[in-house]
Amino acid sequence: MGQKITIEPVTRVEGHGKVTIHIDNNGNILQTRLHIVEFRGFERFVQGRPYWEAPVLVQRLCGICPVSHHLAAAKAMDVIVGAGTGDGLTPTGEKMRRLMHYGQMFQSHSLHFFHLASPDLLFGVNADPSIRNVIGVALEHQDLAVQGVMMRKFGQEIIQATAGKKIHGTGAIPGGINKSLTQKEVDTFLKGNDPMNIDKMISWSQDALTFFKDYHSNHKEIIDDFAEFPSNHLSLVRKDGALDLYHGVLRAVDSEGKIILHDVDYQEYYKYIEEEVRSWSYMKFPYLKEFGKDNGWYTVGPLARMNTADFIDTPLAQKEFESFKAYNYGKPSNKSMHMHWARLIEILHSAEKMKELLLDPDIQKGELVIKGNKKSEGVGLIEAPRGTLFHHYKVNSNDQIEMANLIVSTTNNNQPMNNAVNQVAQNVMTGQSIITEGMMNAVEVAIRAYDPCLSCATHALGQMPLEISLYNSNNELIDRKIK
Amino acid sequence: MYQTIKIIIDGKECIAKKGQYIVEAAKENNIYIPTLCNIEGVKPKGACRICTVKVNGRLMTACTTPVAEGMSIESESAELTDLRRSIIELLFVEGNHFCPACEKSGECILQALAYRYSVMAPRFPFMFPIRELDASNPKIIKDHNRCVLCKRCIRVIKDDEGKNIFAFKKRGHKVEIIVDPESADKFTDELAEKAMEICPVGAILVKGKGFKKPIGQRKYDLMPIGSDIEKVSKSKKAVL
Ligand code: SF4
Repeated sequence: MGQKITIEPVTRVEGHGKVTIHIDNNGNILQTRLHIVEFRGFERFVQGRPYWEAPVLVQRLCGICPVSHHLAAAKAMDVIVGAGTGDGLTPTGEKMRRLMHYGQMFQSHSLHFFHLASPDLLFGVNADPSIRNVIGVALEHQDLAVQGVMMRKFGQEIIQATAGKKIHGTGAIPGGINKSLTQKEVDTFLKGNDPMNIDKMISWSQDALTFFKDYHSNHKEIIDDFAEFPSNHLSLVRKDGALDLYHGVLRAVDSEGKIILHDVDYQEYYKYIEEEVRSWSYMKFPYLKEFGKDNGWYTVGPLARMNTADFIDTPLAQKEFESFKAYNYGKPSNKSMHMHWARLIEILHSAEKMKELLLDPDIQKGELVIKGNKKSEGVGLIEAPRGTLFHHYKVNSNDQIEMANLIVSTTNNNQPMNNAVNQVAQNVMTGQSIITEGMMNAVEVAIRAYDPCLSCATHALGQMPLEISLYNSNNELIDRKIK
Repeated sequence: MYQTIKIIIDGKECIAKKGQYIVEAAKENNIYIPTLCNIEGVKPKGACRICTVKVNGRLMTACTTPVAEGMSIESESAELTDLRRSIIELLFVEGNHFCPACEKSGECILQALAYRYSVMAPRFPFMFPIRELDASNPKIIKDHNRCVLCKRCIRVIKDDEGKNIFAFKKRGHKVEIIVDPESADKFTDELAEKAMEICPVGAILVKGKGFKKPIGQRKYDLMPIGSDIEKVSKSKKAVL
C-alpha cells in the first residue's frame, strides 16, 4: 500500500507551490512532484492591445523582477518596429537598457542572497525557523543584513534613474529608451556618500563572495552534496562566448559540458525548444526538441550561465569565474547549491558592468530611439535573475498584438526543480515514517536555490509556511503537519 | 476695455470681467475650479459637470455660466467636493480605466482629478463594460474603454474647412466616438497628434507613439492639477 505526502506553502494564493511525495509502505519514494501555479493569463490580457503597451503591461507579471519582463518585451518590440535585435539599437538605447538590467540583476540577486539564502547558510537547514530568517541575520550578523539592504537599494536607484520608477517603470520603448542620464545622476552613483557609491558596491560584492567561500570550505556537505543531479544547462551567451545577461545567442551544454545547442539565433527558438503539458501541473515543461522530453530538459539561471559561458568580460568576476571553474574541474557544475555561488559572481559582474556604463559618455547623450521597417513577429530573450526569459509576439497590420507566448524562468526550471525536490526527498525521507522539521526545511531550501517566484520561495519575515499531509494509497489522510 | 464687476468666490472678493465664464474669472483670481470637458478658447459644453458650483445657492456649471455683478459663488465646500468626487468615481466605474499601462498616465485629467480629490476606492460598483479597441484608422487607435464622452475631440479637431473630423456613433450607453468616414482623408498627422493631446484621457492614441515621455517628467508628475492656477507648492495635492 502506497502513501502520499503533500507539502503546501499556504501564505500566498498566487504563485504558490505544492509538493506531493508518494511513498510505499516501506518508506521508499515512489514519485515526487512540485506544482507551481503559472501566469498564463497575461498572454491573453495583451491580445488586442497596441504593441507598444506590451513592455509596460507585461511587467505587471511580477513585483520582484518586473524589469526583466519590461526589457524582454521591449526587445521583442524592437524587432517589430524594425530596430533589429539587441545590438541594433543606438549606443545610448542599448547602454541605458543594459544599465537598467544590471541594476535589476544586482538588486534581485542581493535580495535573494542576503534575505533568502543567507539564513539557510548561517543557521543551517535544521535551525529553528524563528531565527532562520532575515531578522535572525540582522540580529546576529548585522553587517551582512545592512549590506543586503543597501545593495538592494543601490540597484533600485539605478532602476529608477533608467526606467523612471523603482518598480514598473516605462524606460524601455520599442526601438530604444525614453531617457538618458544627467551628469548629476551619474555622479550620485559614482561618487555618492558612503556606502551608496559604485566602488563600495563592488567591494561589498567581493566581501559577499569571500563570506560564501569561507562558508563553503567549512560546509562542503551542504554546498556540494545537497541536491546534486546531472542536467543540461541553457542560457544566452555573447557571440564570442562571454557571459552576457542582456543579449546574445542561445547555447546549451550537457552535464559534461558538451555543447548541444550551438549558439543559435533566438528569433527561431521554437525550432529548438518545445513545451510539454502534463496533466498534473499548471506549468509547462520545456525541453530541447532534438533530445526529446526525457533527455532534453535543462536548467536556466545563474548556475546554467556559469556552465554555458566561456569567460566573463569584467576582470574581478572573471577571476571568480576561473576559481569556480577550477573547483569543478572545468566541467559544468550540477550542484544545486552552487547556484548561490554563481549568483554572487553575477552580483560582482553586474556591479562592475554598472561602473563601466556609468563612466560611458553614451549614457548621457545621443539618439534614444531607432526604427526601421515594421515586422509582424518578434521574439525577445533576456537573462533574467532567475534565468532565460522568452517573450514572443505577433502583431497585426493595425498594430494590435495578436499572439503572445511567454516562457518564464521558473517554467524553464520546472523539471530541474522537480528533480531537486526528488533528490532531497530520496536523501532525507527514504525509510522514514514521520516528517521532521529538517525534512520540510530541506525541501524548502532545494526549491529556494532555484529562486522561483518569491511568493513561494520567501521566508523574509519568517519561515515558509508549509503543510504536509500524509495519505495512504487509498487517499485517506493519516497524518498532517503544519509549520 | 472690459467692464469689471465684483463677485465673491468662497468668501473671497474677486474682480471679474463682464461676460466672462465663472471658471475663467476664478482662474484670474488664482482660484481653481476643476474642469474636464472644458477647453480654453472653445465654446463650453457643460458635459462633465465636474465644475459644478453653487451660484447664489443654486447648482450651476461654472464653465457655461457667465459672471454677473454681486454673484456669490461657492466652490470648495465639503458638499461640492463630495459631489465632484462622486462624478470622478462614476467616470471610473463606468469605463475600464487601468492607469498602470495607460499611455496618458501622468498627463490624464481624470487621473489627476482623482489624485486631487483623493479618490481611493469608488463607492459605486465597477461596471466593467465590454468594449473593443478600434485600431482600424491608419493614424490612431481609439480605446473606447477609456472614453469619457467629453466631446473635446469633436469640438476641437476640424479639417481645413472647419468641418468636424470626429463624431458620435450609436446612442445611449452604447454611444462611441468615431472618425467620420467622410472626413477621414482630411485627418492629417498633425490633427491626429492634436486629438491625442486634447483628449483628457487615453482614449485617442497616435499609432506607434508610446511612452516617449518618461514617468516622473509628465505634466501632472511635475505639477498636480490646479496647482499652477492656485500658485501653490507641489506638495498641495488634495483638497480634503
Ligand atoms: S475620445 Fe477623448 S476627447 Fe473624444 S469624447 Fe472621448 S474622452 Fe473626450
